[in-house]
Amino acid sequence: MINYIWGALMLISLVTAFFTGRLEAVTKAAMEGAGEAVSMSLSLLGVICLWTGMMKIAEEGGLINLFAKLLKPVIKFLFPGLPPNSSAADAIVMNMMANILGMANAATPLGLKAMKELDRLKKSSRASDEMCLFVVINTASLQLIPSTLIAMRGGSQNAFEIIIPVWIASFLTLTVGIIAAKILSLRE
Amino acid sequence: MINYFSIAVIPLMFFGIITYGFMQRVKMFDSFLAGAKDGLETSVRILPSLVALLTAISMFKASGALDILTRLSLPVLQLIKLPKEVAPLAFMRPISGSGSLAIVETIFKDYGPDSLAGRVASVMMGSTETTFYTLTVYFGSVNVKDTRYTVKAALAADLFGMIASVWIVRMFFY
Repeated sequence: MINYIWGALMLISLVTAFFTGRLEAVTKAAMEGAGEAVSMSLSLLGVICLWTGMMKIAEEGGLINLFAKLLKPVIKFLFPGLPPNSSAADAIVMNMMANILGMANAATPLGLKAMKELDRLKKSSRASDEMCLFVVINTASLQLIPSTLIAMRGGSQNAFEIIIPVWIASFLTLTVGIIAAKILSLRE
Repeated sequence: MINYFSIAVIPLMFFGIITYGFMQRVKMFDSFLAGAKDGLETSVRILPSLVALLTAISMFKASGALDILTRLSLPVLQLIKLPKEVAPLAFMRPISGSGSLAIVETIFKDYGPDSLAGRVASVMMGSTETTFYTLTVYFGSVNVKDTRYTVKAALAADLFGMIASVWIVRMFFY
């Protein structure tokens, strides 16, 4: 899909520029945009490395496992059809904890492992309710500290001021996703 | 109070991680380097898509096409009280992570991170995910084609998140 969107953005820009007589401005914008991508990456690089470095320490110390226990009751509540000590439940807990802690590099493999375990438990070729709910949860943002975003807000008076609004918005969004999934599963 | 808390979150986390690292006898400097290298790799990996998308987005803006699109969608934007500068982010967010980063960067540059648009963009970016990417990767990994109601539920959550971002920013800062 992104292939079409990107192509459409380019084509529409060029055609519009032709009709509005802004071809020169568009050429200049293309060069600037490309340059800006590099300066943006470079300016964020330090903070991103700092963050992934700190999180690696937490990961190797076993912090995911430690906190994962706290999420067990939540999983029981959200996935009542899942045996609480199954490896699927374990993988889901670990994936959610890695997401909360912002360990994107660890979260995706754990999430795919959870999908594999859920796949083994499902009865038809269609997605099971557990799979749907698990993916819906992963399409919401669970991250405690939006580190890249904060790094990008470097020019702000207070780059951190958005943390609590982000938590509230994330929590509400996640709740709506879960409720929507539960209602839709009942209606089918 | 809330302000102080926001500022204290990161030092507290660092304190917790280092203390925990000492307790678990993690080789902390080595771990940090390994993690930082992951961060470097991720940054380098997304650079090409950032170049492609920031180029396309700056062209789209400079050509006047963005103005036209925004003017056309104005009635809908007013309905959910979304600042018109943030509209492109709402379209891009579920589709592409680096695409939305590129848009957020443009909004910060044009209006500043402390503007209404900058704050709404921040909360929207922080509270939603790249829905279609996640869906493709997760279901693709187990080869499940019939995803039933997943798209509907995920997009309902995204739409709600976008509207909620505007409310919450208005309640918090204005």
